[in-house]
Amino acid sequence: MNEELIVSGRNNLLVDPQLHIWHWPIPLYLFLGGLAAGILFFASLFYILGKEKEYATAVRIAPFVAPFALVIGLAALFIDLRHKAFFWQLYTTIRFESPMSWGAWTLLVITTASFIWSALHIKDILPAFNWKYKFLKEIELFFNKHKLGLAWVILIFAIITGIYTGILLSAFNARPLWNTSVLGPLFLASGISAGAATIILMSRDVRERTLFAKLDLMVLGIEMFLIVHMFMGFLAGTQVQIEAAQLFLGGEYTMVFWIFVVFIGIFLPALLDILELRGYHIPALVPGVLVLLGGIIFRFVFVFAGQVSRWLY
Amino acid sequence: MRYAMAVDTKKCVGCSDCVVACQTENDVPIGFCRDWIVETNDGTYPQLVTEIRSERCNHCENAPCVRCCPTGASHITDGGIVLVNKRKCIGCGACIASCPYDARYPHPDGFVDKCTFCEHRLKEGMKPACVSVCPTRCLYFGDLDDVNSDVSRVLARRKHKSLIPEAGTNPQLYFLI
Repeated sequence: MNEELIVSGRNNLLVDPQLHIWHWPIPLYLFLGGLAAGILFFASLFYILGKEKEYATAVRIAPFVAPFALVIGLAALFIDLRHKAFFWQLYTTIRFESPMSWGAWTLLVITTASFIWSALHIKDILPAFNWKYKFLKEIELFFNKHKLGLAWVILIFAIITGIYTGILLSAFNARPLWNTSVLGPLFLASGISAGAATIILMSRDVRERTLFAKLDLMVLGIEMFLIVHMFMGFLAGTQVQIEAAQLFLGGEYTMVFWIFVVFIGIFLPALLDILELRGYHIPALVPGVLVLLGGIIFRFVFVFAGQVSRWLY
Repeated sequence: MRYAMAVDTKKCVGCSDCVVACQTENDVPIGFCRDWIVETNDGTYPQLVTEIRSERCNHCENAPCVRCCPTGASHITDGGIVLVNKRKCIGCGACIASCPYDARYPHPDGFVDKCTFCEHRLKEGMKPACVSVCPTRCLYFGDLDDVNSDVSRVLARRKHKSLIPEAGTNPQLYFLI
């Protein structure tokens, strides 16, 4: 049998024997960024459609999660930087070739917009809230007047944020598992389904919960389709792509991917959504938590497995 | 000007002198390296072929590390040398993940570090440290635009390859086979 034995004298920390330069902060951020994008996507979409009253949780209450998720996510990104004192260099340039560069600017816009959106609805959760200073009241008035414009900005930037979390990884040709264009839409779908799950968890209105259960079901279906599509692409690809797919098809990440991400995170909540829509009483907590759990494990599995996949030479 | 290096895999004995010379010349922190030795044994017993390579950054013309750098810290300088500006580097690790050769490492001081083709020595008319010390003289360095440079002459004469050209990076490190 023809064999090749490779011995390397290199043993750089975090690079050898397997790349592990990105630890827990990156997948945590990718999840929180996707979650915030999903929530803000629905909030702005239903506001633009004029359904603010019917779906009040989606438009007015759930978006309060977004600024928290984004700030924790940004903190995680900051923790991950090794040259922290220089982080401001991100905001001295825009490099369109680098998803991390335009992603950093997108985050700046979406985080600010999520704070403004939450501020406009603060009286819904704190009825006694008072802005106190005149200029703050004027700012509130300004954004209330231009709320539709703000909603459009949020909608567009929520979609960019959701896709960018996937493109961030898919731009790396050196890691064959990440290097698939399906990853952008897949991460967007996963973020949107996490957003829908959060709204289901927070809503007290049966009609709103039913609608989001339907939407969640649809997005979970799209996610499953994209996952199958991704593996088809890999298996029809070159040797490095086939080997990357093998990590999930018999390799070391097989169990965690198919059981936790696909079965617990997609299949089971989809089944529970169907049962609920058929009239069975399912506690809203169960599918919602499963979707969120599946979403976070998905990011961890993908970031870690991707770093294991490589070119062989 | 296009700097390139050629490594003679038939002459390299894998002594690691290039590795130590680089670590000394460039104050590479202990436990890390900018260049390294790879030994491959290929074939079916007893027909085995051994290849020994002194590897380092490939100074790719289409460098993925430069493309993905969010601050412009990774850049291509005169002569096609890929460098990191440590005052711009935020240590995000994107370039490390983007390199199909895994030629970069996170420096303990925070920034990302890699082979510079000893740019500071080139400015003074010297060759990179690894090339200067190689006891078997298996490393050839020079300007590909100059037909009389060491690297141009040896590449014109000998059969050679580069590492994973299918990654699309257009590497500038050649291996004589």
